[in-house]
Amino acid sequence: MRSTPPGEIPRPTPPEPVLQVRGLIKRYGTKTAVDGLDLTARAGVTAVLGPNGAGKTTTVETCEGYRRPDAGTVRVLGLDPVREAAALRPRIGVMLQSGGVYSGARADEMLRHMAKLHAHPLDVDALIERLGLGSCGRTTYRRLSGGQQQRLALAMAVVGRPELVFLDEPTAGLDPQARRSTWELVRELRADGVSVVLTTHAMDEAEQLADDVAIIDAGRVVAQGSPEELCRGGAENTLRFTGRSGLDLASLLKALPAETAAVELAPGSYRLTGTVDPQLLATVTSWCAQHGVMPDQLSVERHTLEDVFLELTGKELRA
Amino acid sequence: MRTGTYAPKPGAAPVGRMIAAQAAFETRLLLRNGEQLLLTVIIPSLLLVLFSTVDVVDTGDGEPVDFLAPGILALAVMSTAFTGQAIATGFERRYGVLKRLGASPLPRWALMTSKTLAVLVTEVLQVVLLAVIALALGWSPHGNPLAVLLLLALGTAAFSGLGLLMAGTLKAEATLAAANLVFLLLLVGGGVVVPLSKFPDAVGAALGWLPISALSEGLRAVLQDGAGLPLAQVGILAVWAVAALAAAGRFFRWE
Repeated sequence: MRSTPPGEIPRPTPPEPVLQVRGLIKRYGTKTAVDGLDLTARAGVTAVLGPNGAGKTTTVETCEGYRRPDAGTVRVLGLDPVREAAALRPRIGVMLQSGGVYSGARADEMLRHMAKLHAHPLDVDALIERLGLGSCGRTTYRRLSGGQQQRLALAMAVVGRPELVFLDEPTAGLDPQARRSTWELVRELRADGVSVVLTTHAMDEAEQLADDVAIIDAGRVVAQGSPEELCRGGAENTLRFTGRSGLDLASLLKALPAETAAVELAPGSYRLTGTVDPQLLATVTSWCAQHGVMPDQLSVERHTLEDVFLELTGKELRA
Repeated sequence: MRTGTYAPKPGAAPVGRMIAAQAAFETRLLLRNGEQLLLTVIIPSLLLVLFSTVDVVDTGDGEPVDFLAPGILALAVMSTAFTGQAIATGFERRYGVLKRLGASPLPRWALMTSKTLAVLVTEVLQVVLLAVIALALGWSPHGNPLAVLLLLALGTAAFSGLGLLMAGTLKAEATLAAANLVFLLLLVGGGVVVPLSKFPDAVGAALGWLPISALSEGLRAVLQDGAGLPLAQVGILAVWAVAALAAAGRFFRWE
C-alpha cells in the first residue's frame, strides 16, 4: 500500500521502478562501504536515510555511474549506469554533496553552460529567479556562501529537465528558510512528474518529502516503506490524557480494538498504547463524552523515523 | 514557476554544440584568470622585449629577436598546453568539476577535445600577439609556415599529454607547484632564451632531448635559418607526444 504524503498530489504509478539495486557490494580496500544492498525506487520521491558513513553516498554514486559495483546489479531507468552511461546521462540530474563548479565561474554562467549541454533545458533566468541565485551577481563560485553553492548545484541538477534527479544531502548546512525553499522545489519536481532520489540524515526531511524511505545502516537497507508505514510498523503509538481519577478503563477498552492497552499511570493520568488512528481518537473522546469526562492534556505521541531508526539499529541517527 | 515547468524532457545537445560550448566556456575562464594570463601572455611578452632590447645573453650572430622569437613561441606553447592546462585541470579535478561533468551529457572524449580546442584558441591569440611584438622589434622570419604549424601542433600534443598526466595523478597543490617549477627550469634550460650551446657539450646534448628544446630548436631551425623540416626535432616531439598522451590516458584519474 502506498499512501499519499503531504502535498496531496497523487503519485503516478508506472510499472517500472526508476531504480533497482540488487545485492550491491562496494569495497574500498578492506573497508566494505555497501554490503549486499537491495533498493527499489519508484516514481516519486525516495529518501535514503541513514547516519554518516552508512553507505548512502556510495550507493547513490554507483547509481550515477561513478562507481563500478564489486558485486550485484544496478539498473537506473532500466539502464546499466556504467555500460549504458551515454544513454543514461542525459536522462538524470545529479547534485553532488559538494563542488562540481569551476572556481572562477559565476553562478549564472555555470548554469547557462550546463543548460547548453542539454537539448531542451529549462529557462535559465526563471530558474535563477526561482532559486534566488540572482543575488550572486558577479561573484565567482569560490566566494559564494555555502547556501548559494548548494542552490547552484541543485539548479545544475534540474536544468536539463531530467526524468530522475539524484540529490546527495541537498539541504546539509542550509539555514531553515533555504531548507524549506529546497523542499518546496523537490515537491514541485514531484508534482511535475520528476522522480527524486535523495540522501539525508535528517529524518524530518525524509518525513516531509518522501513517498518512500529506505533506512540504511552499515551498508544495508534495514527497512523500507512510506514514512507512515515505517512509523506504524511494529512499533506502537501512544495516547495520553488526564481526567478525574478512577475511570473504568475496562469499559473503555471494550470500545477499542483488542490489542489496545490502557493504564492509569498516576491518579487521573492515563496512557493508551496501540494503533492510534483517527478512529481510536474518536472512540476515546466519545467514550469520555458519554461518561462526562473532560480529557485534559490529550496528546498523541507518534512514533518518528528517528525512533524507528533507533529501534532497528540501536544507533542515533545523528551520531 | 507554473505547474509543468519541470516536466521531464531530457536530451543531450548535439555533440558538436556541446564541444563548442565547453571549449568557449573554458577559453573564457582561462582568459579571465589573472595567474594564467601572467604565465601565458605577460611573461613571454616581457621576455621577448627584454632579451631583444637589452644585451643580457649572447644569442650568437644576427639580430637577437631572430633567435628569441622562435624560443618565446615555444615557451608560449608550453605555458598554455602544459603549465596552464595542468594547473587548471588539476583544480577542476580537485573541486569535482570533472566529476560533475562526468554525469552530464558531455562524453569524456568530448571534454578532452574541448580542452584541446581551448588550448589551441589561446595559442593562436598568443602567437598573433608575440608575432606582432617580434615584428615590431625587427623580426624577419623565414621558412615554411607548414613546418612551423607541424612543430607547434606536435609541441602542443606533447605538452598537453604531460600536463594532463600531472593534473590527473598528483594533488592539485602539487600540480600547481610542480608545473610552475618545471616552467621555470625549462625556460632556463630548454633553449628558450639561452642557447643550448652555452651549456657544457654533454649537458647541452642531453637538454636537446627535452620537448621544450626540441620545439624551440626546431622552430629556430625553420624561422631563423630557413631550414625545411627539422626531422630530429619532429621525431623527438612525436615520441614525447605519443608517450605522454598514452600515459595520461592510462593513469588519468577523474576524481
